[in-house]
Amino acid sequence: MTLWWIGDIVLLIVVIPLAAYLLHRVFSAAKSIDPSVKEIAHVAEAGSKDLDAVPLLLTTQDQVRQTVAGVAGYGASLDVIVDDAEVAA
Amino acid sequence: MSGAAVVMIVAVVLIVLALVVYLVGVILQLRKITAGLDQVIAGVSQILEKTRPVNDVVKDINEQLDAGVDLLEGLLVKKAGLVDAMGLIDGLYPGAAAQGLRNFPESKDIDAPRIGEVYTKGTLTLARLGREAPIAAASPNGPAIRNPAYATASSRRLYPGGRPLEPEPLPRSPVIGTDAPVQYEQREDIGKPRKRMPSKS
Repeated sequence: MTLWWIGDIVLLIVVIPLAAYLLHRVFSAAKSIDPSVKEIAHVAEAGSKDLDAVPLLLTTQDQVRQTVAGVAGYGASLDVIVDDAEVAA
Repeated sequence: MSGAAVVMIVAVVLIVLALVVYLVGVILQLRKITAGLDQVIAGVSQILEKTRPVNDVVKDINEQLDAGVDLLEGLLVKKAGLVDAMGLIDGLYPGAAAQGLRNFPESKDIDAPRIGEVYTKGTLTLARLGREAPIAAASPNGPAIRNPAYATASSRRLYPGGRPLEPEPLPRSPVIGTDAPVQYEQREDIGKPRKRMPSKS
């Protein structure tokens, strides 16, 4: 009978508070994840909106091609028109 | 049933109740997290979808720009020479010559000249382009001075004896005035009596 009471006391003083404490820690940790996930979702959404201009890169690519082609044509003309530098003796 | 057994049962029930309450709470939180992660995955998927072509496009743009830089650097060095090219660059963008040209590593060691003092040929050449460019070949005023196929030879033909340092002397301007040795538009009545007009009667 004494052992029963000792077991009861251990259960009430040690096991139940420890279980409650650990469960509370798990619950708190799970609860703290939610705001972070929501924040990440907002950031991902904002990042996705920021990337709406990415298709314009195709226009930039085309314009760069045209510009470089123009520069190449102009350079080729200058190559014909302008004398080469004299080679230093 | 003894008192100790009753206390034990109550304690176990309390533990089970605590487990149920907290675990249900954790389950609810995990479901919220799952919903939030679904939103994150949707956003990240959009980001992935939108950034997929970026790599190829930027790579292509960089290749084009690299080709442009190679072309311009090569042309500048070919036409102006490496030393004068560095002087030109430093004249336009002070301090830029220290970085050197990408395709000419030795350009970093060149002491860039002050281009305003030493560079005249290119400036004059560029100034002549307006009337000597090949595009003027179809000009209604006649063919261009330069032949684009023989550009250097035709330009040298402008000064076959070398470019003159100073203009040839021109005849002096004639002296004009009443004391000039040669009088222009000489009048016949100069030095003769003044003609009298007939009087009115």
